[in-house]
Amino acid sequence: MSQFGINIMFVGGSFLIYILIAIWARAGSTKDFYVAGGGVHPITNGMAIGADWMSAASFISMAGLIAASGYGASTYLMGWTGGYVLLAMLLAPYLRKFGKFTVPEFIGDRFYSKNARLVAVICLIVASLTYVIGQMAGAGVAFSRFLEVDSTTGLIIAAVVIFIYSVLGGMKGITYTQVAQYVVLIIAYTIPAVFISMQLTGNPIPALGLFSTHIDSGMPILDKLNQIITDVGFNEYTADIDNKLNMVLFTLTLMIGTAGLPHVIIRFFTVPKVADARWSAGWALVFIALLYLTAPAVASMARLNLMTTIYPDGTAAEPIEYDNRPQWVKEWEVTGLIKFVDKNEDGRIQLYNDAPSFQAEADARGWKGNELDVNRDILVLANPEIANLPGWVIGLIAAGGLAAALSTAAGLLLAISSAISHDLIKGSINPGITEKGELLAARISMAVTIVVATYLGANPPGFAAQVVALAFGIAAASLFPTLMMGIFSKRVNNTGAIAGMLCGLAFTLTYIFVYKGWLFIPGTANLADTPANWVFGISPLSIGAIGALVNFAVAFAVSNATEEPPVEIQELVESVRYPRGAAQAQDH
Amino acid sequence: MSGHSYDAEKYWKANLRLIFGSLIVWALVSYGFAIILRPMLAGIPIGGTDLGFWFAQQGSILTFIGLIFHYAWRMNRLDKQFGVDEE
Repeated sequence: MSQFGINIMFVGGSFLIYILIAIWARAGSTKDFYVAGGGVHPITNGMAIGADWMSAASFISMAGLIAASGYGASTYLMGWTGGYVLLAMLLAPYLRKFGKFTVPEFIGDRFYSKNARLVAVICLIVASLTYVIGQMAGAGVAFSRFLEVDSTTGLIIAAVVIFIYSVLGGMKGITYTQVAQYVVLIIAYTIPAVFISMQLTGNPIPALGLFSTHIDSGMPILDKLNQIITDVGFNEYTADIDNKLNMVLFTLTLMIGTAGLPHVIIRFFTVPKVADARWSAGWALVFIALLYLTAPAVASMARLNLMTTIYPDGTAAEPIEYDNRPQWVKEWEVTGLIKFVDKNEDGRIQLYNDAPSFQAEADARGWKGNELDVNRDILVLANPEIANLPGWVIGLIAAGGLAAALSTAAGLLLAISSAISHDLIKGSINPGITEKGELLAARISMAVTIVVATYLGANPPGFAAQVVALAFGIAAASLFPTLMMGIFSKRVNNTGAIAGMLCGLAFTLTYIFVYKGWLFIPGTANLADTPANWVFGISPLSIGAIGALVNFAVAFAVSNATEEPPVEIQELVESVRYPRGAAQAQDH
Repeated sequence: MSGHSYDAEKYWKANLRLIFGSLIVWALVSYGFAIILRPMLAGIPIGGTDLGFWFAQQGSILTFIGLIFHYAWRMNRLDKQFGVDEE
């Protein structure tokens, strides 16, 4: 069977499973649609959170980022997992006890203000929509690489599949398909990693292989990697970095942003009890860690494999001849994601760091510039080919990449559409809407959201690449502090919360826009986005943590200058702190 | 459950203490060992690099998992002890 046939079989087979699950898990009520009936087991929920959380970025891009910058990229590993500690202790159990359907609903009730709810809805939609564009675009890329259709066609196929299970099943359909998607994506990620770890270190567990001995050289694998890449002018893989303040703030922004992202928070509304919300945060992190502990191993081993492919006889000898390049390099050249230019016309591939510090040695060796350009995103996708694994593993990777993109997209789409149908339509426009009417409204908003996201995925606006800064900055600076104060303070009132959210948001957006351009329109940046220009060396990616501080400070100052929240609100805060009665709370 | 009883207050204080302790560990392994204190741990070798690198790429994640399960276990016990659980 051809590789194309195998890919079709794996991807088609996984899609068939998702659709069958969707038919089985149809939503009959708004409670089914928004919170999967509130009866999801904590381990099931943990697995669904894992798939919901691990996006195309985690599956495809993260290992590539780590491979490129080594220790410095640990920020992503810690930032995207440490948020679950905050969720488990500061938000999830109490929001579950509150027992409603959406994040803006809690903010609106706790701060007794429709305006607060509206600000929360806007933050939620902007953060989630920017995030979903990346998922849709990622799914389109995976389709075009593995199924040989153009990426718009691929995107439409992906949208139809998501449409079927999310419009039909809402949160219930999404939860159970996410469990299947988690299984697909974790198997797809782990199998090539195990093979590569076996080949390089003899250790079948990649996370342990990372700190084991490299069979060919007898050195620890990280030592070997450091040696090879420093020989051709790159920084040491494990080297410490100078700007620790920025690394701390970037990690913190990713952590509190993770805890504040609504599509993750609403998953904790689906479990039966407060105790289950705590357990499912733990299980979620276990399932996430299975991939996150493997990713750094994949990163370093793939980088080492790439270097030894180019320099088969060591870095002191001449690199490989272009005509002798391996098959996987040829295949990825077709996609344009690997580019070769023979600058010194010697027929060999020189891969090295084109920096002034290495100029003298490059000149001495007759090198006229780095000749190989490898897109970071192909690392995980090309992994099975680099390690010469059989065709079915490639098919599995295709299904896994799509599972990661689709599951995250569906979770985000549900967060957006429930904010529209529950917070805007039922909350503001038509409070008297019937249960049946609201369910229909929820399905229509879901359908409309999918169409908008598909359109934006096919025609990504110029700022799609800046999504990380924007989504995490907004969640960190606006939603997380407001939710936390709503639970841990009885003194913060409506005026304080709104002022805090708006100031945190304005501060964060301003800092991002100054360096990235206003509304990301090219040419409107006030300062070039370089470390020399950053205030105290804080990059725009890291500013959300400071924005959160601004939010806290403003909210407390304004609240203390204005009147206390009414007694019934203080009682509401009391009630979310104690688990008893959570089961009843949800039947509203 | 009356929100203002003596026991309820004690329950909430115990929760806050547990959260505070957990977050100290949370910050210590990630911002501490993995980033700021890494140079101090540079003398402890582990598989071709130092302990700080291990905390940055694996150790902190494993600690986070331990922290959440510990918190869930302790809180579920506290819920029962103070009679605020859901049974």
